[in-house]
Amino acid sequence: MHLPLASQIINLLAAILLLLSFAMLTQRRILSLINLFAMQGLALTLSTLVVAYSTGQHHLYYSAALTFALKVLILPWVLHRLIRKLNVKWDVETLINIPATMLVGIVLVILAFNVALPISQLAGTITKSTLGIALACVLLAFLTMITRSKAVPQVIGFLAMENGLFFAATSATYGMPMVVEFGIALDVLVGMVILGVFFFQIRERFDSLDISHLEKLKEE
Amino acid sequence: MISWSGLVAQLTEILLAVLLAPILLGWVNQCRAWLQNKSGPGILQPYRTLRKLFEKEAVLAHGASPLFRATPYVLFACMCLAAAIVPILGTDLPFSPAADAIALVGIFALARVFISLAAMDIGTAFGSLGARREMMVGFLAEPALLMTLFTASLISQSTSLATIVQHRAQAEFVIYPSLAFAGIAFTMVSLAENARIPVDNPTTHLELTMIHEAMVLEYSGRHLALIELSSALKLFVYSCIGIALFFPFGIAAGGDSVGLMLALPALVAKLAVGGFAMALIETLSAKMRIFRAPEFLGTAFLLAVLAMLIHFLLEA
Amino acid sequence: MPGPGSALTLILGVILLWLLLGLAGVFFPRNLHLVSRVLFPVGALGALALAAAALNALGQSTHSLILPLGLPDLPFHLRLDPLSAFFLLLLGAVTAGISVFAAGYFRKGEGTPPGLQCLYYHVFIASMALVLLADDAYAFMVFWETMALSSYFLVTSDHTKPEIRRAGFLYLLIAHVGAISILLCFGLLHGSGDYTFDNMRSVQLAPFWATVAFGLALFGFGAKAGMLPLHVWLPEAHPAAPSPVSALMSAVMLKTAIYGLLRVLFDLLHVQVWWWGVAILVLGIASALYGVVFSAVQSDMKRLLAYSSIENIGFILVGMGLTVIFQSYGMHSLAALALTATLYHCINHAYFKSLLFLATGSVLHATHERALGKLGGLIHRMPWVAWLALIGTLAIAGLPPLNGFVSEWLLLQAFLFTPNLPHPYLNMLVPVAAAAVALAAALAGYVMVKFYGVVFLGQPREEHLAEAKDAGIWERAGLIWLAAGCIALGVAPVAVIGVIDSVTGHLLGRTLGASATGWMFLTPISAGRASYAPFLFLLVILAVWLATWLAVRYYYHAGVRRAPPWDCGFPAQTARMQDSAEGFGQPIRQVFEPFFRMNRELPTPFDAAPRYRVSVEDHLWYWLYLPLAKVTDALTRVVTRLQRGRISVYLMYSFATLLVLLLFVQ
Repeated sequence: MHLPLASQIINLLAAILLLLSFAMLTQRRILSLINLFAMQGLALTLSTLVVAYSTGQHHLYYSAALTFALKVLILPWVLHRLIRKLNVKWDVETLINIPATMLVGIVLVILAFNVALPISQLAGTITKSTLGIALACVLLAFLTMITRSKAVPQVIGFLAMENGLFFAATSATYGMPMVVEFGIALDVLVGMVILGVFFFQIRERFDSLDISHLEKLKEE
Repeated sequence: MISWSGLVAQLTEILLAVLLAPILLGWVNQCRAWLQNKSGPGILQPYRTLRKLFEKEAVLAHGASPLFRATPYVLFACMCLAAAIVPILGTDLPFSPAADAIALVGIFALARVFISLAAMDIGTAFGSLGARREMMVGFLAEPALLMTLFTASLISQSTSLATIVQHRAQAEFVIYPSLAFAGIAFTMVSLAENARIPVDNPTTHLELTMIHEAMVLEYSGRHLALIELSSALKLFVYSCIGIALFFPFGIAAGGDSVGLMLALPALVAKLAVGGFAMALIETLSAKMRIFRAPEFLGTAFLLAVLAMLIHFLLEA
Repeated sequence: MPGPGSALTLILGVILLWLLLGLAGVFFPRNLHLVSRVLFPVGALGALALAAAALNALGQSTHSLILPLGLPDLPFHLRLDPLSAFFLLLLGAVTAGISVFAAGYFRKGEGTPPGLQCLYYHVFIASMALVLLADDAYAFMVFWETMALSSYFLVTSDHTKPEIRRAGFLYLLIAHVGAISILLCFGLLHGSGDYTFDNMRSVQLAPFWATVAFGLALFGFGAKAGMLPLHVWLPEAHPAAPSPVSALMSAVMLKTAIYGLLRVLFDLLHVQVWWWGVAILVLGIASALYGVVFSAVQSDMKRLLAYSSIENIGFILVGMGLTVIFQSYGMHSLAALALTATLYHCINHAYFKSLLFLATGSVLHATHERALGKLGGLIHRMPWVAWLALIGTLAIAGLPPLNGFVSEWLLLQAFLFTPNLPHPYLNMLVPVAAAAVALAAALAGYVMVKFYGVVFLGQPREEHLAEAKDAGIWERAGLIWLAAGCIALGVAPVAVIGVIDSVTGHLLGRTLGASATGWMFLTPISAGRASYAPFLFLLVILAVWLATWLAVRYYYHAGVRRAPPWDCGFPAQTARMQDSAEGFGQPIRQVFEPFFRMNRELPTPFDAAPRYRVSVEDHLWYWLYLPLAKVTDALTRVVTRLQRGRISVYLMYSFATLLVLLLFVQ
């Protein structure tokens, strides 16, 4: 008994998404991080397209197009521009211990799957087995944010988290209503712009994008 | 239970592996030269080197023990056995029940322990440095390779490589997401195990950065030739394991001669592509600091573990 | 074929012989010739007879015997069943080799006189054999304590050194804490009946009390086995003892603890709860990783081997944990596979670890050095020891076709063919655990290359090593026996599993049946799923070796010229330039830094007399044991207040106790 081909492809894309999440977790260079983020967006677009095609849910085509435009084209472009402007293109994060971080990541994956198990058993979608992966992607993105000390990688982690949420929505209920999706897309875009402004402010204030400097802002 | 025809086929396969292995090495080197805008020595160069080395007199250090002299032979025997159990052309291998995937990892470990011991035998600074580094690479690469093989074994419900290939090549086409993880882990491990960039540099002349080369510094003549041949064979076997695990299509199931005839060009084509890919990776990446190597291999190891997990989660 | 009764009689006869040999030693304490040339070899013969009797008893039904010794109304119950017989076989087979070695080992003027050593030694092995035979809690505890005490005297045989006395004290302390726990466990198990194991088998405990009994047994036997976090005594006591004793302790005594745990889990307690298995599995993995990582950074060869024992006990516990998990879910054939791996590793570890401990003993006698940093190049001076130790090294590193690989192979197979366990978290624990086991096994290779390379290969690091003499004929014989065992156990696994099958059949009611396709191929599940043929493996390697050697000789001239080592043209080559033990362990120190509590003193580039010092310690010692010691100290201070020094106060205590007892009795 094998799954239908569409499910297999979705599973594969889900695995790639997870792989990319791990790659982002362990990537030191900002530039590669952005490229990985773009690739994650691409995998997301593809999986949405496959779901749309195999289930005949037409609104998913739009959301795939939206994802593609936003996460593969616009946001990476904005980020590239940003790091060029901020001149942090070759910045390297000092990650403490990559295998240890990955080990924590693996624990998170196990956790996510077991938490998602009852939900995915309830869901009637063909993509239900990927719910655990989607949750794992969210948690891994969270971990990415925690382990970074520079501002730009943290924002990328935040965006990756949104990727995971989007994937979870597709796999559990074939996506959110169009209005909500547009709303989120707009939020992300606006959030990006605001954060971009913040970056410049932070750098002006501290001469660095290392957010450990923000610790000084607390009340003495 | 071992038939004569099977034995002949088996011996032919080992011989084929021994003969093809230097060409694969030559091909990788040639591709690397092309990618770096050099003309390259031609793909037959490893043969010339081997011939030269075999004909030279062997120079042994004063402190060399019999272990040092025996090691090249042990190494070569290990690699031949590994070549015997990996399905290269067909899956009808009489020796394959002798050692399964776990034992295959054991064979590589046996070879590694022997070469490291031989490196420490003379008692030179570089020898023990190489041995230490080789074991450092090994203790992470070995479980990573094992986990990769486990993932494939779990899919086919067998640790026998012949059965794995038969299962994958004959059953209907199914996408296994776990193999995506396993494939990346395997690529990383095989770069490290074959002393390639980014972990080691086979062409380096700088002793302080050496791993594999530092271990064989004291070897010369026929001993060195056997070690070089074993290294080439190891690269070949690793490539064939990769093909068997991830692209088994085209390997003859069973022992029919038509299938074997068709399998040969398929093998050559796959090896050519694989060799080029390896040269490409080597050209595009820089050698890591030695203490980044455990990190690199640790990542490979955990990716392989993830592959097993993904198998349990998505495919079981 | 003699019946099981005669086997038991023969075994008791051997035990009696050992006790008599010990007594003979007491009467001639300084007669080295008698002790080493007569008493130890006779003891070895006895051990062989014991092994043969045990092997014979394995395939037969159980047999019990009541010895009219001990207290009135509390005779010693003895019982020979397949589980006891298997461990007796292990004891006899390994002890034979160790005793022969010991015949050539004990010298004059080293600590305790040889006659007394002979007494302790033989009492030690006799008490271990009796522990394996005991069939009631009383006899078990008596023999268990005898074993602990006799081994304590053996550990402290060099009692003039304060650090050895300290090691002995630590050993005795943890042994007794463990013994109390075992005693409490038996107290729970016996229910309301008497203390025979027969009664315990029939008692049905409530789940809660069964779990408490399991916890006590795990703690008590774990302390003896060197399970994390009760392992601290092991790396202290093993190096302190003379080498044959280290070998016995590591090879056999640790296994009696495994035996006890198996006895309680699969014989006395009928129920198995899946999470007990998880607990054992997790502790096993922790012990394996901890042991191997610490073993990699040791610079004393016996401590290195002691830590490696912790690692191997970890593997054994992993197998046992898997067995419990499978058994609790009713997967009997997988449970049989896991138990076979466990028992196989027990006997493997007994063989290769005793071989290596004895080899270090020979090295120690020849060079008077235990520190790895002062050895080297002994393969030239001591070829017998070196080549035999090489077999042990390859075996312990888990390399095919030797024995260590077989049990690891079986263990990994047990992991691999885990079908879907009903518990989701458990399902995912399995691959992670398999990965940890694989990592520990690979690290064992690292450790063993370090051990062998630094001790036997390279240039001698000290001048006086050039005078090292190879082991004598007795020592050689012992080493050869154990090395041959390593090879035989590795090459003929089907025969060994045939022996183990009677134990798994007895405990689990299911056997592995590994010989479906003849003696050559080991196929524990089915031929299509997994097979391993070490004999064919060895044959192919040897054939290729020979063929290559002949071909190279035939086609090319085989000229060899000796020259100074090249080493990239470095002119000044001294032995100091080789990796020291610390240097070889450095990558492990760096990669596994959080495991250690390290104190480093590094020189700056401008030091005229640079000094490098590193000490590696165990976190657990500081996190667990020192706080515990402090708490104990504080508690005893409270109790000390009872001690007034006045006799009337003490009399009052007795009086009060008497009154309370009288009240209770009413």
